[in-house]
Amino acid sequence: MRNAFNSAWLRPILLVAIVIVVWDISVRLLNVPAYLVPPPWQVLEQLVLEGPMLLAEAVPTLVATLGGFALSVLIGVPLAMLIAYSRTVESYLYPLLVFSQSVPKVAIAPLFVVWFGFGILPKIIVAFLLGFFPVVVSTVMGFKSLEADMVDLVRSMGGSRWKMFYKVSLPNAMPAIFSSMKVSVTLAVVGAVVGEFVGSNAGIGYVLQRANGNFDLPLMFAALIVLSLMGVILFMTIDALEKYLLPWHVSNRLDSTQVH
Amino acid sequence: MLAVSMKKDAARPTAQPPKIHVPLIEVRGVTKTYPGRDGPTESLRPIDLSINEGEFVSVVGPSGCGKSTLLKLVAGLAPASGGEIRIGGRRIVGPQTNVGIVFQNAVLMAWRNVSNNILLQAEMRGMDMAAARKRAQQLIEMAGLKGFEKKYPWQLSGGMQQRASICRALLHDPAVMLMDEPFGALDAMTREKMNIELQRIWLESRKTVLLITHSIPEAVFLSDRVIVMSERPGSIAATYDIDLPRSRSLNVMATPEFASYTRMIRAHFYAQGSLDDH
Repeated sequence: MRNAFNSAWLRPILLVAIVIVVWDISVRLLNVPAYLVPPPWQVLEQLVLEGPMLLAEAVPTLVATLGGFALSVLIGVPLAMLIAYSRTVESYLYPLLVFSQSVPKVAIAPLFVVWFGFGILPKIIVAFLLGFFPVVVSTVMGFKSLEADMVDLVRSMGGSRWKMFYKVSLPNAMPAIFSSMKVSVTLAVVGAVVGEFVGSNAGIGYVLQRANGNFDLPLMFAALIVLSLMGVILFMTIDALEKYLLPWHVSNRLDSTQVH
Repeated sequence: MLAVSMKKDAARPTAQPPKIHVPLIEVRGVTKTYPGRDGPTESLRPIDLSINEGEFVSVVGPSGCGKSTLLKLVAGLAPASGGEIRIGGRRIVGPQTNVGIVFQNAVLMAWRNVSNNILLQAEMRGMDMAAARKRAQQLIEMAGLKGFEKKYPWQLSGGMQQRASICRALLHDPAVMLMDEPFGALDAMTREKMNIELQRIWLESRKTVLLITHSIPEAVFLSDRVIVMSERPGSIAATYDIDLPRSRSLNVMATPEFASYTRMIRAHFYAQGSLDDH
């Protein structure tokens, strides 16, 4: 019994259950009107009732998220390599990248609607803009964190630069790349929704705006739950992929016993 | 005033056949200065040194005396500021590939198991993989790592990691082994065990070894010759031929000869400063 309560899977679910109970009790006791905070059962009701619609609307959001995320990795990782390997590229690009990050994405999102219309493209671009910076920063660090002794050792082995890259530098950077991908994918979800806020007629972001306009708070909460679940599933997928591909990394070691 | 090298006329113990003295590594007037914010820092004063083929030479010296720098220069991993280094008669420019390097940390790749870490050497050099695998297996057995081929570095103790790193340094059968405080991170017991093993490996392979260490007993125990370096900027303060019969057991450390060697060498570190007769 004790073990069942302590299993890693159950703990977050248990916490959610407690939050829902506290939520329900406080709504009842404090007499919070449903147009401010809907009681949990109303949200659940909407979730079931509007479930098919929400799932259908989640598809464009998911596509935009994955598109932005894929671009983040495909552009971010090679860019990080260039920055890590060339001082010149670093001095030109890095300050501009940091500058680009201080531009609020929400403020420039309407611009993409003007340029690229109401289709999926502007959402992908906003998702990319949010997702790619952590990939670049973390990957640069991953490539630069090669031990000096390891570099010397490999130099004494006389292999080509390319061999050194894919046999030593790249595997060494993989943990950093994966941890950045986990951050990136959750930010890409945010980016996709921001993109949908500024101009669209589909997606969870659109549902959120519509529900907000109709004061349909239960639907809004239900949409938020769907959105969060999407982020969690994407995060866990990358996490599982990392555990499968990098079983050697510190964070993934199942058996930490040493032999002597 | 100090007992200084007489290696040219020092009689070899009869326990081993006399070796032909061919200088394999020649260091001639090598200096190293690092550029710094407050002007250049002198790390090595002109160093002259020659190591014969098959000789085991240790360099001891206080921290920061530039002994690791000397090893880097011999490996061609850093350019000398002056003078020249020759290995096998050829002046070195750039990283040397006919050497095996062992650092204080095992520097094993976390994503490769023991066997594949050793084989990295072969992969980087484009060696014949079937032959390399066979040799790796032999080395693994020699180093007492049998049964741990598929283990990852973090599953091994420090001593085993360092053994794997020594195997890697031997895989391509280099002429020279360069070891930079290879046992510095190990506990005293493991260290003694590793010293015996290194001696055994050396007796079997007869590599030319340049060992950097800050342990005087380790240097005396393992070496044919011990080079004592002065404080920064480093220069050679003295050279001692160690005439103790091979193979040496740990018991040799209890002999008066051993004690007199360590005492003489240790005296340098307490007499630093007054040591300008060299």
